[in-house]
Amino acid sequence: MKIVVLVKQVPDTWAEKRLDPDTLTVDRASVDGLINEMDEFAVEEALQLAEKHGGEVTVVCMGPEGATDAYKKALQMGVDKAVFLTDPALAGSDAVGTSYALAQVLGTLEYDLVILGSEASDARTSIVPALLAERLGLPQLTFASKVEVDGTSIKINRQTDYGHDVVEAGLPAVVSVVEKINEPRYPSFKGIMAAKKKPVQTLDAAAAAIDTARVGAVGSWSKVLDATVTPPRSKGTIVTDEGSGGVELADFLATKKFV
Amino acid sequence: MAEILVLVDHADGAVKKVTLELLTKARELGTPAAVFIGSGYDEAKDKLAEYGAAKVYVAQDPELTGYVVAPKAELLAKLIAEAQPAAVLVPATAEGKEVAGRLAIKTDSGVITDAGDLRLDGDRLVAEQSIFGGSSIVHSAVTTGTPIITMRPNSTPPAAAPAAAERVEVSVELSDAAKLAKVVNRVVVPKGDRPELTEAAVVISGGRGVGSAENFSVIEALADQLGAAVGASRAAVDSGWYPHQSQVGQTGKTVSPQLYIAAGISGAIQHRAGMQTSKTIVAVNKDPEAPIFELVDYGVVGDLFKVIPQLTEEIAKRK
Ligand SMILES: Cc1cc2nc3c(=O)[nH]c(=O)nc-3n(C[C@H](O)[C@H](O)[C@H](O)COP(=O)(O)OP(=O)(O)OC[C@H]3O[C@@H](n4cnc5c(N)ncnc54)[C@H](O)[C@@H]3O)c2cc1C
Repeated sequence: MKIVVLVKQVPDTWAEKRLDPDTLTVDRASVDGLINEMDEFAVEEALQLAEKHGGEVTVVCMGPEGATDAYKKALQMGVDKAVFLTDPALAGSDAVGTSYALAQVLGTLEYDLVILGSEASDARTSIVPALLAERLGLPQLTFASKVEVDGTSIKINRQTDYGHDVVEAGLPAVVSVVEKINEPRYPSFKGIMAAKKKPVQTLDAAAAAIDTARVGAVGSWSKVLDATVTPPRSKGTIVTDEGSGGVELADFLATKKFV
Repeated sequence: MAEILVLVDHADGAVKKVTLELLTKARELGTPAAVFIGSGYDEAKDKLAEYGAAKVYVAQDPELTGYVVAPKAELLAKLIAEAQPAAVLVPATAEGKEVAGRLAIKTDSGVITDAGDLRLDGDRLVAEQSIFGGSSIVHSAVTTGTPIITMRPNSTPPAAAPAAAERVEVSVELSDAAKLAKVVNRVVVPKGDRPELTEAAVVISGGRGVGSAENFSVIEALADQLGAAVGASRAAVDSGWYPHQSQVGQTGKTVSPQLYIAAGISGAIQHRAGMQTSKTIVAVNKDPEAPIFELVDYGVVGDLFKVIPQLTEEIAKRK
């Protein structure tokens, strides 16, 4: 089975994130980048499926030049090879543009399964997996908390507001995973060493047949008009319970008219 | 005035509050036309009329809900072509956002996710989004096609304004591509009588500090005094103490209630991502260094098994 796992490099979740005041896009230069946490679950699921059914896992990452940590982490975890899509024209792409670019890269690869994390911690739209399924004309198996592959068919539990749906489809398919699905492995020392020798193919937009009019800020169908930083929350009152903490809390809630 | 399509979020006809919010917002922007997909319309129609749906497009073909997301997007794409609405409003639930995204691609339209507000600026729709956990506010607009906007629950106070809710039957011949991911079983976790997490004015969440499923009764007792919904951290959900639908955070629900109470929750970044835009935040935690205290309006350093029951009792007394 050939599996492609898509990963994104994001600003460290603990770092202060901000928009670049000139471009109104996420300021990626000012903070350390690393693999989007949720994508580690996608990598793990891909590796487990490949271990169980045999096959090969390719990681695909789109990002600015030098944003190599995310796919390197996937290689260290055990993925076989990487494709890195980088082109200045891609900067500032929205979810619609990103899904187009990724679909074009997938067009250069052979695969039975595409796996993504269900959300990136920076933009948090959660829609790229569904958009990819739409563009590729493949089954959308998103928010999976469990994946089972049997020959050419696949079955998942799709986490929903009310519980879950059991969903079946044929391969190839697009899957996104939630963090309930597995426990991502830590790269071993051997894995880290081996990753250095794994093949990495770097593509620019032209190499992936991407029409640059459809990506980046110019290709975006929506536009950020302005951004303002909100004042930080004012510091709250912290009390230590000396036996009447609950009553004092009730007093506080009463001042706010909750009680 | 042009139609504003509002995709109805409902469970077998029980209309979710977010739908009423969207109808309320749509009235500011044009003439609201609700789109009801699935079964249970008879139960839903009065609510939709009460909150101002001039028209309701009703699509009851079971195939529309028998496959993941794609059929709903196809139906809406057909309605966009036929009704030429000025905008489409969709609840910013996990599924709502996916429907909106696929619809955007089908109709060559821009999509804005997780709007907290929406207003008309001339004839342009401007959406407001709170990003990076509320630390920045951005305004954005769709520049191509029909604006497709997903709006967060709890962002507009719903207000009634009765309208005709004229029923218009609609259907769509689904493409093969819309029927690739078949729902073979729907597992519904029974829901208690408490308010829904994303709709509630007050949310009280328990974390690892609660210690067991049984101990959640302490959280529930307070919730019932306050008419609150009960949430949980991932640690509590993964321990099997509370169902995953109750998870608040990056991979759970995003809530923005008037009051959020965190009990026995440390305040990891992934948890904050789901609650830090709450208006008033309260935490009870025995560790004075817990990061949740950085966010709070009021924090109690103490044992939740002492503080929460005392609070519950005190509120009962004051009623
Ligand atoms: C990809 C990814 C997604 C995630 N998504 C989410 C998400 O959506 N939501 C989420 O919540 N987490 C999420 N997490 C997990 C998150 O990182 C934390 O692990 C989790 O939030 C911790 O839960 P907790 O605060 O209940 O537990 P802990 O961090 O263990 O904190 C327990 C707290 O309880 C306090 N405590 C213990 N006993 C008592 C007592 N008797 N009285 C008072 N206080 C007490 C302790 O002092 C401690 O601060 C995610 C993680 C990853 C990697």
